[in-house]
Amino acid sequence: MSLTRRDVENIAHLARLSLSDAELSVATASLTAILAFVDQLSALDATGLEPMAHPLPDQVQRLRPDVVTETDQHVKYQANASQLEAALYLVPKVIE
Amino acid sequence: MSLHTLSIAELASGLQQKQFSATELARHFIARGEAHNGLLNAYITLTPERALADAALADARLARGEGGVLTGIPLAQKDIFCTDGIRTTCASRMLDGFVAPYDATVVERLAAAGTVLLGKTNMDEFAMGSSNETSYYGPVRNPWDTARVPGGSSGGSAAVVAARLAPVATGTDTGGSIRQPAALTGISGIKPTYGRVSRYGMIAFASSLDQAGIMAPSAEDCALLLEVMSGFDPRDSTSVDVPVPAYSKQLTPSVQGLRIGVVREFFEGGLDAANAALVKAALQVYVDQGAVLVDVSCPNMGLSVPTYYVVAPAECSSNLSRFDGVRFGHRCEQPKDLMDLYKRSRGEGFGAEVKRRIMTGTYLLSAGYYDAYYLKAQQVRQLISREFAAAFTQADVLVGPTSPTPAFPLGNQGDDPITMYLNDIYTIGANLAGLPAMSIPCGFLQGLPLGLQLIGPHFTESRLLATAHAYQQATDWHRRVPAAYV
Amino acid sequence: MAEYVKSATTGRDWEVVIGLEIHAQLATRTKIFSGSPTAYGAPPNSQANLVDLGYPGVLPVLNAEAVRMAIRFGLATGSTVARRSVFARKNYFYPDLPKGYQISQYEKPVVEHGSIDVLLDDGVIKTIGITRAHLEEDAGKSMHEGLGAFSGIDLNRAGTPLLEIVSEPDMRSAKEAVAYLKKIHTLVRYLEICDGNMQEGSFRCDANVSVRPVGQEKLGTRAELKNINSFRFVEKAIHFEVARQIELLESGGKVVQETRLYDSARDETRSMRSKEEANDYRYFPDPDLLPLVISDAEVEAVRASLPELPDEKAARFCRDHGLSVYDAGVLTSSRELAAYYEAVVVAAGGEPKLCANWVMGEIAGLLNRDNLEITAARVDATALVGLLRRIIDNTVSNKLAKEVLLAMWDEGRSADAVIEAKGLKQITDSGALEAVIRQVIEANPEQVAGYRGGKDKLFGFFVGQAMKASGGKANPGQLNDLLKRLLAG
Repeated sequence: MSLTRRDVENIAHLARLSLSDAELSVATASLTAILAFVDQLSALDATGLEPMAHPLPDQVQRLRPDVVTETDQHVKYQANASQLEAALYLVPKVIE
Repeated sequence: MSLHTLSIAELASGLQQKQFSATELARHFIARGEAHNGLLNAYITLTPERALADAALADARLARGEGGVLTGIPLAQKDIFCTDGIRTTCASRMLDGFVAPYDATVVERLAAAGTVLLGKTNMDEFAMGSSNETSYYGPVRNPWDTARVPGGSSGGSAAVVAARLAPVATGTDTGGSIRQPAALTGISGIKPTYGRVSRYGMIAFASSLDQAGIMAPSAEDCALLLEVMSGFDPRDSTSVDVPVPAYSKQLTPSVQGLRIGVVREFFEGGLDAANAALVKAALQVYVDQGAVLVDVSCPNMGLSVPTYYVVAPAECSSNLSRFDGVRFGHRCEQPKDLMDLYKRSRGEGFGAEVKRRIMTGTYLLSAGYYDAYYLKAQQVRQLISREFAAAFTQADVLVGPTSPTPAFPLGNQGDDPITMYLNDIYTIGANLAGLPAMSIPCGFLQGLPLGLQLIGPHFTESRLLATAHAYQQATDWHRRVPAAYV
Repeated sequence: MAEYVKSATTGRDWEVVIGLEIHAQLATRTKIFSGSPTAYGAPPNSQANLVDLGYPGVLPVLNAEAVRMAIRFGLATGSTVARRSVFARKNYFYPDLPKGYQISQYEKPVVEHGSIDVLLDDGVIKTIGITRAHLEEDAGKSMHEGLGAFSGIDLNRAGTPLLEIVSEPDMRSAKEAVAYLKKIHTLVRYLEICDGNMQEGSFRCDANVSVRPVGQEKLGTRAELKNINSFRFVEKAIHFEVARQIELLESGGKVVQETRLYDSARDETRSMRSKEEANDYRYFPDPDLLPLVISDAEVEAVRASLPELPDEKAARFCRDHGLSVYDAGVLTSSRELAAYYEAVVVAAGGEPKLCANWVMGEIAGLLNRDNLEITAARVDATALVGLLRRIIDNTVSNKLAKEVLLAMWDEGRSADAVIEAKGLKQITDSGALEAVIRQVIEANPEQVAGYRGGKDKLFGFFVGQAMKASGGKANPGQLNDLLKRLLAG
């Protein structure tokens, strides 16, 4: 299956990535190649095989006791943020 | 005697017996890093001040007679592990100025053991690559031939160890990122069982495949570090609560009666005859020591690479969504609206390969394709795991080459992603099945090192390390150092 | 019993189909995947730790209490509690969603296939199916005021555990939807898994609404109404939306499947196009979390700890107290109200109907007047029983008792103290009452003559006059008897 430029634009939009025209051309070709490559899987009959989401089959989710372990450290945690006001992270206005 | 050619055990003994101090040792490696990093580009960040502070603490502990084996041992951390107060970049423009407000569990454990942090090593951006050429900070050069790549993604860690700029370095392995660069730089590297080492604080690429490990000249060095890094961590739900054996105490040099499974599919197809011959020669060493070779087959091993290139991009596309320019990481200038903030911050912050994988994963998970690709890949993953399990009924350890070729020249693999992805053809299976696997140096091809890969059943790191150790008792490939770095 | 909406313009009958998605914040101390506190109203981002902020490298670990609460809900609704359920990632970009995905449950939720019974106004009990209830994390909040061209993001709420309760499309009117919503609200508070505070957003609701011509089997295209944060708004939003859809369809238009925001100020729903584009959530199992496995023993332990549920309690009130289904329903609408009522019955040593009438009537009225919860009632169960005893032993009339209660409520005194101070004690001394009646007879000779001449209706006149003369304190029964005797001459 071959992807069109338009397909790749849609994927880039869904992934929130800006791509230059040149990047878009390269991506269209390489994504097409990758899809053709992974399409090898379609030849295999996988009937009856349980999908494997985790490499260790017998492990189950461990539970944490409902105990507060955290203290307010927002000053430290916000040191990596580019734009803050009154301890709020700023983004261009969201219109609903 | 020169400090940088000593093993960890020898360094530990020297420190305990006060032949040299941790501070002297740190100074020695700091000087080596500063002298050689300009060419090799193996470190993104050198941390000499931190190293000296760590060394002073180690000396104080040693003086009080308190230290352990690793107290005062210098090491390098792959720049994928978060380090409190020291920048962590993941070799991405996205995290160029990022300083994590916390330590990864691996960092915490190694620091608690008294190790000395020399710096953060270069890598493929977000660990996506097999040549270290996707780093925002430029490629790492292979100490054996600086026109060549060191492999990846843990290429910086491999290069610092190969050039003896550090006695040992951490790595991470999602599809071969410890083993392949270890092979291409002539050192030992182990990726333990999935869940053996905590992933907390290790910046995620593909969560169900990522596993931290260690890279050092010898299996013995690896054992000493791995037994400290490993262990249950309540902060990681996928961390496994299984006791950690003292790996370094279980390095029995005998492989008498060990059933070594030679995986047929590893030697079929594209494997270069000379490479195959090196691996076969290594197997002869084991036979000479009393091991038994068994022919085993994993018929669908060939599907491991396409399976991986569904699972890994799918997980990565989601894992990397958190880099949105809001709370940390690169933020574009003057975004005109929210969409612009997202798209340009991410478009500018991520490099080409990372964007390619995010897009691949986004596509494969999207409506209408999930069943055909992601679900199918998970089924094939099951199939491959079962084939490994079946092989382990016949053999104690599986063997094969680590990499199809020795180190290739920088810039050689161009824009074709598939060529690059096939570098991991022998290593990916262990990640899909969560198996422990390691690479040890087994000789040279035209002056370039190559590796032998050992794969074991879940939680058999002791067996792998002992098997590797036995080989290294009979050979000296792991002691070879590139001439410029002796 | 089916309730249809008749179009005002065409006279055609339409059937309304409603399903609700309720988000109940679980009343855990900490977040679903981190040890951060969940208290409401803390300073911005002071309760958002590295996990809540989606920092690189951090990982989620599931809160045991959130799981236990989901099991409680499952058992209380007769649902299947999945012995194995899976967390999945719902991928989308939004500033209040730090990781760019929400951890939720998709294909394998923890609770499935349950139902609850709701009592409708006409006394009919209707069973509403619960498709599923799954665990997920809440998002943060965006602030839009006073920040110029920016919105500000507070992630304190991010990671708060939610139970999303999805109903079958079983409701056929806004009233049914409200009755269902109230029942779930009652239930989660009984179970102590959610504080039910709608103002603070602890209990929220989205409504999927569609209409179809009566008789049509195929469901109409639905709209999802968001942001309905009170029982009243649910009703109003659905009414508006139903009218909109009918008008649209009758004028030849089509309903678009979309998310619509309810604006309570304008009482209308409007399209949220911003959220509509490219809704491809790319769900897949979260590789950072392992399958959630719940053992039979755990389920049984939770079952053993369940309180008496509202329906069981109501049935008991009907059976043992002889209350009507309606009264029992009202009294069990909250665990606290039921507890108050029961405390009154116990202290009174019986008389459940009298107790029920007073709790549902006068006490509820005063709570409503002062906007108080039952737990803050100014007259507690023991004090109320002090008053009821004086009614039973004829010290005060029912009517005066209401006046006494008002004084007890406002002044915090006991029934006896109020009765004493206000001199409201019934006259039960027959001598005193006889004197009062004789005065009335003497003062109204014409009426006496009329009565004695056969105008029986005048009896009521004498009762009124005598009661008035007694200052309302005459015991009505005693008064009747005496009057009859004295008027007979």
